[in-house]
Amino acid sequence: MPVAEQYLDSAGKGGFMVSSVGKKVVMAITGVALFGFVTVHMLGNMQAYMGREPMNHYAEFLHTMIHGAGIWVFRAVMLVAVVLHGWAALSLTLDNWKARPKGYRAQQLQAATWSSRTMRYTGVILGCFIVYHLLHLTTGQAHPDFKPGDAYGNFVTGFQQIGASAFYIVAQLCLGLHMWHGVWSLTQTFGWAHPRYNKLRRTFASVITAVVVGGNISFPIAVLVGIIR
Amino acid sequence: MSEKHINLTLYVWRQKNAQDEGGFVTYEAKHVSTEMSFLEMLDVVNEGLIRKGEEPIAMDHDCREGICGQCGVVINGRPHGPRERTTTCQLHMRSFEDGDTITIEPFRATAFPVIKDLIVDRGAFDRIIAAGGFISAPTGSAPDGNAIPVKKTCADLAMDAAACIGCGACVAACPNASAMLFVSAKISQLALLPQGQPERYSRVKDMVAQMDDEEFGTCTNHGECEAACPKAVSLENIARMNRDFIWSSLTYRPESGGSGGA
Repeated sequence: MPVAEQYLDSAGKGGFMVSSVGKKVVMAITGVALFGFVTVHMLGNMQAYMGREPMNHYAEFLHTMIHGAGIWVFRAVMLVAVVLHGWAALSLTLDNWKARPKGYRAQQLQAATWSSRTMRYTGVILGCFIVYHLLHLTTGQAHPDFKPGDAYGNFVTGFQQIGASAFYIVAQLCLGLHMWHGVWSLTQTFGWAHPRYNKLRRTFASVITAVVVGGNISFPIAVLVGIIR
Repeated sequence: MSEKHINLTLYVWRQKNAQDEGGFVTYEAKHVSTEMSFLEMLDVVNEGLIRKGEEPIAMDHDCREGICGQCGVVINGRPHGPRERTTTCQLHMRSFEDGDTITIEPFRATAFPVIKDLIVDRGAFDRIIAAGGFISAPTGSAPDGNAIPVKKTCADLAMDAAACIGCGACVAACPNASAMLFVSAKISQLALLPQGQPERYSRVKDMVAQMDDEEFGTCTNHGECEAACPKAVSLENIARMNRDFIWSSLTYRPESGGSGGA
């Protein structure tokens, strides 16, 4: 048998989900869902600047859209996205560690950024943050005076605590590092590389990251300095 | 540039064979001409070792013209050393200063096991090529020139991808030991040309599958490979590979079994 055919036969042609590129695509698709969500989430929260009434009204709308089914469909999609994103990250990371068990004496990196080097760690921090955030402002177990139905009140009393606000700000900085590399990286995974759009990809990642992180960090700060109360 | 002579301290990885644990050994390289290439400097060190009755440092090299892809060691933490777009053999000692210490290590990757000292087995690359990095065409007399029109931009991009000499510096530089720059260059050089089209989408699937089987890591888009590549193969090739892989997966249909069509 010609050598080429032997290798074709022996090649472990598993499915899309076991392939390295396939897992990267899973990473990218769920990444789109997640960064799209944080963008909309930040925009929705901007209503905090408009006062109690509009924000609580918006919260009520989210809970009652499509007869209350909307939020559960949305939550299911987010849960699937987070689980797949985490699974792909874990699986790819383990492969990568296995691919270089012995490192260099002193590797000198040329192109990698702080953002790209810390994706794993910022990702884990964001995972922990999401759990805390849900317990804090969605279900209320981690909130000292949580009042169901009063999104605006919970938002203000939650951020009045300096510790909680500090954690939110740190988490948002991690989100910035994660998004800046992630948003650019997903365009690469989808194959959207072209000299005409290469600069645009970087710019888009930078702008969307600055807007989302800037907006999100403004909330705890606005509460602490008394702009939102 | 006038010739100078410099003295260097080398930390060289020595490993008797694949089973040996290996370790760094310090050598003094005295009176090294700045006009020597890096490999010539190692040749001189080796001559000294041979005279002393010691085992010379084993290293891969062949053409010493920067085109064969045989040489390649990690010099002070960078594959092929400090100069951009330069193979180890084309790196000259004028890139170093008198009194420098130089750490010389083999490429590190599970898929590139060390055979001896600085020599690694890059057979994994050959197996990836054998999995699909070719075209199946009836050969005979040479076809007429320009019988198949090729767009100039495509020809140029294909040539840029084909500049890959398969040295493995991309794998060595990648923090994940991923081979995606190599594999994508070998996919792109065919995907961009008419002759590569019939097998385009089975090729990407087969070569990626073989790459995974060889236990290379996966791309996290750091861009270290592109920075280390002596031929400046672009990250755009990885994007093209990803794009073709997605299309291949979306349109895959198993080949009919048995004797099949003509």
